[in-house]
Amino acid sequence: MTDWIDIGALDDIAPRGARVVKTGHGCVAVFRTGTDEVFALDNACPHKQGPLAEGIVHGKTVTCPLHNWVFSLETGEAQGADEGRVTTYPARIESGRILLEASFLKSRGARAA
Amino acid sequence: MTQKLVIIGAGMASGRAMEHLFEADRDAYDVTLFNAEPRGNYNRIMLSPVLSGDKTYDEIITHDDDWYAQNNVTCRFGEHVTSIDRDRKVVVGEKGEVPYDKLLIATGSAPFIIPVPGKDLPGVVAYRDLEDTNAMVEAAARGGKAVVIGGGLLGLEAAAGLALRGMDVTVVHLMGHLMERQLDEAAGYLLRRALEDKGIDVRCQASTAAIVGDGQVEGVLLQDDEMIPADLVVMAVGIRPETRLANDAGIEVERGITVSDQMATSDPDILAMGECVEHRGQLFGLVAPLYDQAKIVAKTLLGEEAAFVPKEVATKLKVTGCDLFSAGDFAEGEGRENVVFRDPARGVYKRLVIEGDRLIGAVFYGDTSDSSWFFGLIKGGEDISDMRDTLIFGPAFQGGEPLDPMAAVAALPDDAEICGCNGVSKGDIVAAINAGAGDLGAIRATTKASASCGTCTGLVEQVLGATLGDDFVIPAAKSVCGCTDLTHEDLRRLIKSRELKSQAAVWQELGWSTPDGCHVCRPAVNYYLLADWPLDYQDDPQSRFINERKHANIQKDGTYSVVPRMWGGMTTPDELRALADAAEKYDVPTVHVTGGQRIDLLGVRGEDLPDIWADLNAAGMVSGHAYAKGLRTVKTCVGKDHCRFGTQDSTGLGVQLEKHLWGSWTPHKVKLAVSGCPRNCAEATCKDIGVVCVDSGYQLGVAGAAGMDVKETERLADLTTEEEVIEYATAFMQLYRENAKYLDRPYKWVAKVGLDWVKEQVEDKATRKALCARFELSQSVYRTDPWAEHVAERADSYTPIANLMLEAAE
Ligand code: SRM
Ligand SMILES: Cc1cc2nc3c(=O)[nH]c(=O)nc-3n(C[C@H](O)[C@H](O)[C@H](O)COP(=O)(O)OP(=O)(O)OC[C@H]3O[C@@H](n4cnc5c(N)ncnc54)[C@H](O)[C@@H]3O)c2cc1C
Ligand code: SF4
Ligand code: FES
Repeated sequence: MTDWIDIGALDDIAPRGARVVKTGHGCVAVFRTGTDEVFALDNACPHKQGPLAEGIVHGKTVTCPLHNWVFSLETGEAQGADEGRVTTYPARIESGRILLEASFLKSRGARAA
Repeated sequence: MTQKLVIIGAGMASGRAMEHLFEADRDAYDVTLFNAEPRGNYNRIMLSPVLSGDKTYDEIITHDDDWYAQNNVTCRFGEHVTSIDRDRKVVVGEKGEVPYDKLLIATGSAPFIIPVPGKDLPGVVAYRDLEDTNAMVEAAARGGKAVVIGGGLLGLEAAAGLALRGMDVTVVHLMGHLMERQLDEAAGYLLRRALEDKGIDVRCQASTAAIVGDGQVEGVLLQDDEMIPADLVVMAVGIRPETRLANDAGIEVERGITVSDQMATSDPDILAMGECVEHRGQLFGLVAPLYDQAKIVAKTLLGEEAAFVPKEVATKLKVTGCDLFSAGDFAEGEGRENVVFRDPARGVYKRLVIEGDRLIGAVFYGDTSDSSWFFGLIKGGEDISDMRDTLIFGPAFQGGEPLDPMAAVAALPDDAEICGCNGVSKGDIVAAINAGAGDLGAIRATTKASASCGTCTGLVEQVLGATLGDDFVIPAAKSVCGCTDLTHEDLRRLIKSRELKSQAAVWQELGWSTPDGCHVCRPAVNYYLLADWPLDYQDDPQSRFINERKHANIQKDGTYSVVPRMWGGMTTPDELRALADAAEKYDVPTVHVTGGQRIDLLGVRGEDLPDIWADLNAAGMVSGHAYAKGLRTVKTCVGKDHCRFGTQDSTGLGVQLEKHLWGSWTPHKVKLAVSGCPRNCAEATCKDIGVVCVDSGYQLGVAGAAGMDVKETERLADLTTEEEVIEYATAFMQLYRENAKYLDRPYKWVAKVGLDWVKEQVEDKATRKALCARFELSQSVYRTDPWAEHVAERADSYTPIANLMLEAAE
């Protein structure tokens, strides 16, 4: 069975914006697209650790604020010429609340250990 | 033995024929080339970009003196051929005869001039050659009104070009809708609306009775007695094949010179090609089939077997913002079915005409991205019964969402036509790329793709991108980004002229290929919208780079820097104390005196930003916009209050300027300085706007730079009062805000538009006052401290949405 954790209201994040969730092992960026979908990814760009939550969100992608790499919010894959992948975590919306899958915390905990 | 070939007409057709001939055998013929125009072969299609100012004549020359010399072509340019003597096999030119073994007639066509009174008045021009184009450019420079008679391809390109050059244009068209030969009524209507949005007045079902004027055109009189004033009349009602020489020589001529499949006339030693011929009852008016004829002509001349087969042609209009495409047969008829798709909000219209299992015609307006695919189906005569239901949605119908243009190109089959003018398929281009052609120039040289009308340049680049992957960067100078084919200049113009006041309006009306742009176009669009519609459009933080969204410069470790304003480089013990306190309170690791006369606190944590700002606000300090494409610093020297050389109050003027201009957004950053005398201690002569005080007043310079380029300012004006300096500087700033391309510093923009133009605007009192008034209107929204606003309204967004440290630890 999957456990989901309520991390906040959808309205707490601007459309085409992001906020971070602090965890024991660095931050997770939670994105809201222009069409109100949510995605959760590690908040560190594989290039030079740029904070992805501060990037520009367009379609279902985000552009890293430091050197403009573009990542798919769905798969975490770098788009176009660049190569790299950001870990993604299951996220969904229920009655206006954003839920992240609890097990992601465990996986992050495991890496921390 | 080398034979003598004489060619009459150095046009688009004969130029291509010579290329094929020389490629196959450079020594087979001694060529003499006559041309009535005083020049050689050029790309006639591109006269429209020359008219609109996008290109110069030099850029559209296809064959230059070197080329003729290398291929031993004897050029007789500017010389009419007056007759052909078939018995003696000589061509008679104005300056003498030339004997031929073979003769090629490629005289093109002549514009049709409707036989109304006044047609010969000065100020009436046709649209066929460079002389006509130059005449229009000159007329446009004098401003005033133009009437274009004829609402076909040529007329509309002329109208759009003249409108772009600032003329008041009316199109007078005889038929019920524009371009009736290529478009159905619905597409004609959308086209009309688009032209009207560009300020072009369109009169359909209007018949010209006379052109009136006394020694010079003054107007066009319509059949219904309406008089349309005009300083220029462009007659673009059609063309007729130029057959006079052939007629006189007794060669068979119907509407055009009759030619066989081998392009031979009734005289086997005389060939003809281009718009002057008629082949199996058909005339030609677009270049694509002429290029096919050129291949046949070369083969026939070399005694090889070949036969010309006319192919389907497609039409595109080279008017920015009017995307239309038509191909095949779209007349209503028995056994024909229509599939229509309309999206009025987007101004999109698509219509397919199906007969049996085949697609026989297509008309698209507003969204022509899939046109090559449909054109392929029409030409190939493919059985479309399997995809009939979803055909109208194009090759990407599965997703429903518009396909990424790169993916759309990647999905095209190899035989899909990319360049209609030259009949170049995707496969040809890919083959050329695989053989080493790595950029647009090389593709043009090897395949001719995009070398004629140029509308397929974007597609060719996409094929390059799809084939070469990382090795090919689609040139950014052209379009804003991959989401659109529009350039920044077009985008700015369209946002103003079509009164687009929201991002959604831009995406829809201008046909963006992505749902909400990308990190390249969105900041630009956001800027253009807020600059042009300060009251209607609300700035969108999500379309700004992080620095401008968070009003602080992001550092490489994800922390931020905080730079408050120090007006004119002035500070006080209180401010310094507040800065020192803040630096200690928030553990600021680095305090630096910037090159812009103020203090930078570097290494502030993102979460602390609202708090540190609140503290600085409490001490009376506001954001220094050190992160902004907007007003940055105004540096000053100490001026006459202290300095023995100071002539004016440079510090005071600097403070006034900064207080007047601060908070405004600009295409790129803007820095100012005011020096108290020509010793120039504030380095005012390398700023975007720089003032040097002198005894008699103020020297206002603009367009300096001292970053990646170093450039001295240019003098905009010599002024006598501080009020004047502020007024002129403000007007310059607003002119820059309204006209420059996003991310062009003032010096780059001024280099493009010319200091003279800038001066004209700013010196004209009414224009200057209007610029200042528009700046003030915008400042009524933007002259505020974003830090205070964020502290009050969005402090939350600087903190994590949730803290799961505890749970994780469990
Ligand atoms: C802080 C400062 C250096 C310093 O410690 O002195 C600085 C720091 C930066 N400059 Fe600068 N420039 C600073 C004065 C200058 C000057 C000198 C001046 O203004 O008199 C110049 C040359 C003058 C000019 O602009 O023409 C200058 C030319 C640039 C350029 C090149 C601009 C150009 O058009 O060529 C860039 C790059 C850009 O803007 O695209 C740049 C970009 C930057 C950025 C924003 C790089 C970035 O994108 O992160 C740096 C941010 C540092 C930070 O995190 O705070 N900085 N920079 C100076 C801030 C002045 C201020 O008080 O606001
Ligand atoms: C403004 C404009 C825009 C166009 N846009 C497009 C487009 O987007 N797409 C498209 O496919 N087509 C377009 N066309 C049509 C295209 O330019 C013509 O189809 C093509 O140029 C015809 O080529 P040609 O060689 O037959 O004739 P031309 O290119 O007209 O060349 C004929 C030459 O013969 C010379 N000549 C004539 N009589 C004599 C004589 N007695 N002695 C010596 N020389 C003589 C003429 O001076 C002329 O230079 C456009 C045309 C114009 C004018
Ligand atoms: S010169 Fe400017 S942009 Fe370059 S490192 Fe120094 S502060 Fe950064
Ligand atoms: S750190 Fe993300 S692109 Fe460089």
